[in-house]
Amino acid sequence: MGSGASSSAAEAIKPRKAAIIVHSGDLDKVMSALILGNGALAMGLETTLFFTFWGLLRLRRGRLARAPLSRLNLLGLGRWLMRRRMHKARVASLERLLTDFKALGGKVVACELTMEVMGLKREDLEERWIDSYGAVGAFIAEAKEAAITLFI
Amino acid sequence: MTDEAERAADLFVDCRGETCPIPLVEFRKAVMRAKPGEIIEILGTHGPSKEEIPLAVRSLGLELLKIEEDKDGIWRILVRR
Repeated sequence: MGSGASSSAAEAIKPRKAAIIVHSGDLDKVMSALILGNGALAMGLETTLFFTFWGLLRLRRGRLARAPLSRLNLLGLGRWLMRRRMHKARVASLERLLTDFKALGGKVVACELTMEVMGLKREDLEERWIDSYGAVGAFIAEAKEAAITLFI
Repeated sequence: MTDEAERAADLFVDCRGETCPIPLVEFRKAVMRAKPGEIIEILGTHGPSKEEIPLAVRSLGLELLKIEEDKDGIWRILVRR
């Protein structure tokens, strides 16, 4: 077991990264991004989520819990039903998933271009969740070294 | 190895009733808390998590000591950091 364990340990310390763009602000899509981000961290990948456009709007103060569904939102009825079903199935909330993502060492980058376009200041956002502010260069720098890149 | 697997775990994580990805996430948090050589025991009921925790164990270069499931569908995984 000894030599096998050490060779797999060596394999585990190779730098491995995942870079995920969170472009959508919909409940189902932000949830997918956060589940994937947590999964990547759990597998030992350094993981960064880049929140941009509608995704970044979800990081405004108090907006994470108010995400609509991408389909069948039905003026909030679909969202209400989905949240009820998810609660019953004990699916974690976006807040819980983001808190876990941060606890596992995940990084959150806020898109500065979106902030300019949407007229958002840092204090408009949930700053406790944001590690850094950046533009396309910040994403590409991470993505070029990443084994997994996703646009959600 | 069997004797070691039966040794009381150093860290215990109860994820019974929790669904994906919470058992995987809680397992990963336990790995972060564990010192090298310590044994982590995780209990759960969500089927896919029982399959994916061993994948994470391999990916993290840890040692899988035991996987078992009782007749009520409660699984138990032992891992050494």
